[in-house]
Amino acid sequence: MAPLLEVKDMTHYFGGLRAVNNFNLSIEPGQICGLIGPNGAGKTTIFNLISGVYTPTEGEIELGGHNIKGVEIHHIASMGLGRTFQNLLLWRHMNVIDHIRMAHYSQLNYTLFGAFFGTPKCRQEEKLVKENSEKLLEVFDIKQFAYNLAGNLPYGAQRRVEMARAMATNPKILFLDEPTAGMTPDELMRMIEIIRQVHRDFGVAIFLIEHRMRFVMELCQYIQTLVFGEVIAEGPPEEIQNNPKVIEAYLGKEDVH
Amino acid sequence: MDKIKNFFRMFSVVPLAGWLFGSFVAVLLEYYLGDAISYYLYLPKIPVLFGTLIMLKEPMLIPSVLAYDLIIYALPILLLGKMLAPIANTIAARLDRMPLWVATLVHLVAFYGILHLWAGINDYRVLVVKLTMVSIILTISLNIINGYQGEFSCSHPGFMALGAYTASALTLLLFTDDKMFGEALLPAAMGPWLFPLILVAGGAVAAIGSLAVAIPSFRTRGDYLAIISLAFMFIVKSAVENLEILGGPRGLSSQPDYASLPVVFIWVALCVWIIHNFTTSIMGKALNAVRDSEAAAHSMTVNTRKTKVTAFMFGAFWAGVAGGLFAHVLRYVNPSTFGIQKLAEVLAMVYFGGLNSIYGSIVGAVSISVLGEALRPLELFKWIIIPLILILVMIFRPHGLISFTELNVKEIMRPRDKKPSEGVE
Repeated sequence: MAPLLEVKDMTHYFGGLRAVNNFNLSIEPGQICGLIGPNGAGKTTIFNLISGVYTPTEGEIELGGHNIKGVEIHHIASMGLGRTFQNLLLWRHMNVIDHIRMAHYSQLNYTLFGAFFGTPKCRQEEKLVKENSEKLLEVFDIKQFAYNLAGNLPYGAQRRVEMARAMATNPKILFLDEPTAGMTPDELMRMIEIIRQVHRDFGVAIFLIEHRMRFVMELCQYIQTLVFGEVIAEGPPEEIQNNPKVIEAYLGKEDVH
Repeated sequence: MDKIKNFFRMFSVVPLAGWLFGSFVAVLLEYYLGDAISYYLYLPKIPVLFGTLIMLKEPMLIPSVLAYDLIIYALPILLLGKMLAPIANTIAARLDRMPLWVATLVHLVAFYGILHLWAGINDYRVLVVKLTMVSIILTISLNIINGYQGEFSCSHPGFMALGAYTASALTLLLFTDDKMFGEALLPAAMGPWLFPLILVAGGAVAAIGSLAVAIPSFRTRGDYLAIISLAFMFIVKSAVENLEILGGPRGLSSQPDYASLPVVFIWVALCVWIIHNFTTSIMGKALNAVRDSEAAAHSMTVNTRKTKVTAFMFGAFWAGVAGGLFAHVLRYVNPSTFGIQKLAEVLAMVYFGGLNSIYGSIVGAVSISVLGEALRPLELFKWIIIPLILILVMIFRPHGLISFTELNVKEIMRPRDKKPSEGVE
């Protein structure tokens, strides 16, 4: 089977600084991959490069067989790349259900004039979107917050709103940028459940950045370790866990006297 | 305090239909008995704006004015509103079961009837009502850009000028024998029928002009965009000042009298309806998404450039329509109208009323316009009192009086004898 997402020899410079060097990635449909690495390794930069926030200096990116290098962010998103953000980017003045409705933007077919005059087509589509949004709210267990402002929700629920919103764009692959940052152990377990559920029910591929080893080991089928923009180790979880280079990157070199 | 609260609670059962009925009687009373009552109260004539002008000019007449307001407005509206609440609630309940547009139309027609009777007493009232309604359109249209889209655009008088001049030039060219534009090209009888098209043309020109601000907004926002948009306003103003064909600094005058009260009212209703449709649709919510986090909007498939252009063009379109109406209400425009003072006025209306809310914009436009008229006898002090009120609003409600509230017509018109129906939206 052709890979869903393929990144070939991606290199990116910020001015003179080489942030990412020769990054390669191939994700099959339905696979869960993880990207780990110490702070400042360039993990979020890789996310931003693939999702179109930056255009890589060198290399090719293909999503579902289309070259997406240099394509606008919203196009890439509507081609099936959903993502969440490390530091929660929710819309401050919008309630939860509007977040989910909003993410259906690219699936709307009515024109601006349809929106102005509230044509039957527009109303029909909006109704479908609303129904779909309500379903998603149920899946992510945030239905009770539907008409609350997203910013007033508990932290764990905000994370779930972000996930639900990303899923509303109807992605083939979901990018999760530190989905458990700042979560308590209870919330963490819940998040693992939710990610599993999303993976099972929607059949999406998942690419996630994470710090917590336990979380990554539990979920991912394939892991890459990034240090200073370079992949130093990759493979299935068991291999990574025992790789001396990874241990060195995380815990520092063992002094031998 | 409790007594006052109880007094107001007494009226919580009165639906909008009840208030409309009370107001209708009050207006009828004024229409037939206004002259007589003001004669017995030693008032020179029917007080135009609830007597505020007379009170400020001649403090000796304050008791008479208060008595007049009590007899003509307060008593009939409050008493009838309260007494007829059961009947009004039945009517409201019946309308509530009909399709929303029928109920809305009935309320609007009733409201227009009252407004027409009230304003019909004298020309000054007609003018105040028309100008207030034009400011409503203007305020809502600015709210799209500054509230919903969250930019700080200062170019609104510019858009308004584009609309005003386009519409004026077209009506003068097509339907009147004018010194500058020559003889009428079309029979004058067609004028009122083609007037909507002319306003739309004015709006379209303003919308195209707004691209000059919309395109820079892709790359910049906040203070920088404010400066760019301010520059745009001055460019339009000085361009018009220097175009002899548009009358230069003297402006254009003697536009035909097409903007009658019903015409302006219909345009306001249309504007509110269309903008409400837009801002509650997902396309319109995209404006909020871009405002609150552009990065998130991108990633959620929102085409942010299209959204920004839409916001500017749509806002500018309505500003242009407002400009066209404004020119035909005053039947005179000149470039100095569309300067910094107009900008301050419309910004005050938006921020006073409340960001991101049509409801708030209506409240803002009506209060600032009416306040501006009512305090006119104070002359200079008017410009101390209104800004003071604005400062107080900004301290206590930083987003304006009624912000982030969607217009809910059904809720406004619902019968009041029961608890509100289920479903929060």
